[in-house]
Amino acid sequence: MKYLDEYRDADAARKLAKQIANISTQPWTIMEVCGGQTHAIVRFGIDQLLPPNITLVHGPGCPVCVTPVEIIDQAIEIAGRSSVIFTSFGDMLRVPGTVEDLLSVKARGGDVRMVYSPMDALAMARANPDREVVFFAVGFETTAPANAMAVAEARRQQITNFSILVSHVLVPPAMEAILSSPRCRVQGFLAAGHVCTIMGSSEYAPLVQKYHVPIVITGFEPLDILDGIRRCIEQLEDGRAEVENAYARAVFLEGNRPAQALIADVFRVVHRRWRGIGEIPQSGLALSEKYAEFDAELRFGVAGRTVEESSECLSGLVLQGLKKPQECPAFGTRCTPDRPLGATMVSAEGACAAYYRYRHFSEPNYVG
Amino acid sequence: MCLAVPGQIIQIEGDQPEARVGRVRFGGIVKDVNLAFVPEARQGDYVLVHVGFAISRIDEAEAARVFAYLKEIDSDEIPG
Repeated sequence: MKYLDEYRDADAARKLAKQIANISTQPWTIMEVCGGQTHAIVRFGIDQLLPPNITLVHGPGCPVCVTPVEIIDQAIEIAGRSSVIFTSFGDMLRVPGTVEDLLSVKARGGDVRMVYSPMDALAMARANPDREVVFFAVGFETTAPANAMAVAEARRQQITNFSILVSHVLVPPAMEAILSSPRCRVQGFLAAGHVCTIMGSSEYAPLVQKYHVPIVITGFEPLDILDGIRRCIEQLEDGRAEVENAYARAVFLEGNRPAQALIADVFRVVHRRWRGIGEIPQSGLALSEKYAEFDAELRFGVAGRTVEESSECLSGLVLQGLKKPQECPAFGTRCTPDRPLGATMVSAEGACAAYYRYRHFSEPNYVG
Repeated sequence: MCLAVPGQIIQIEGDQPEARVGRVRFGGIVKDVNLAFVPEARQGDYVLVHVGFAISRIDEAEAARVFAYLKEIDSDEIPG
């Protein structure tokens, strides 16, 4: 497929990796923010192409992984009601709540359905006027416009049996939380390309100035990721810290204005708890006052509870780039994709699941 | 989660910007895609599609940049 296959060319990838080795004179630690990038890095063995002085650490960019347990529990409670059709993207269904996951609700007879788009959930509400259809609205800025459109269309089409359970998170505040930690070891970022297609690059300039880190907007294919790493290292070697766009075929610096306008209308920025990390100020979205009637938390009276997380799961440290998955004592033994302790082992984009699937527990070896 | 796949618009239906739907081809598969967020997209354009919505039009000239860079480092290398 055009715009995919040519960015997976093995010879071109080796050339870029060689160029990275040529320009790097000292150790550098770079974080890829997005779980999609983590998955590609581990799947294609990109870290194994890099010289040993370049370390990639995996960031918190997996919305499935950072959705707090209490919201999973809320979803499970709503999904268990007989009047409800509960709809969700597939990978949320297996994320463990306090005692069970959404698939267990389905196994008990709950009407839990996987959808490809929030608009499919809206169509289900239109087709089932006697049922309450709830959509589990998780995601980063990339997914927010689609979820906002479902709510705006529900209002326009006067579909009153539709609501969303919102667990939306924002990327730049999480990057700032990582940078401001005294334990931070990240020297440069590969910013999440698809988040930037929506939001553009303006939110990163203050981070670059305050923390003097290069931030390179990066795509998801092997050549995209290697080019992002190369540009990041060029900046580090030169002592520069700038926002740079290495994914210019899809990201325009001002972002997607119609999508931003709809997000601003339907949502408002709120504090959010991130699973494994804790509360990050101004790091999430909730429905705006104008659209509060579509808020499933209010409609089903499940707001305002907090839950203790499993103490054995190290996913918080993995998501902050402080630990690698295989450094967790439960990795591959008490925690596997079939019986996950934490969400990073569930989502296809979670770092633990990627290592489990592609690395067979071994340390990456440099083969460049 | 933020997975977005490039595909080519082969047909557009609907005149209102918020109701524009495109038939988009991904390799051998064709799907209906909401074009509300890419009012500038035209038939023949490639768009990035995420959960049923086109979120960006792909810029062909920018797409060639990394390949131009690869050629450049090729020609910098001393033969032999």
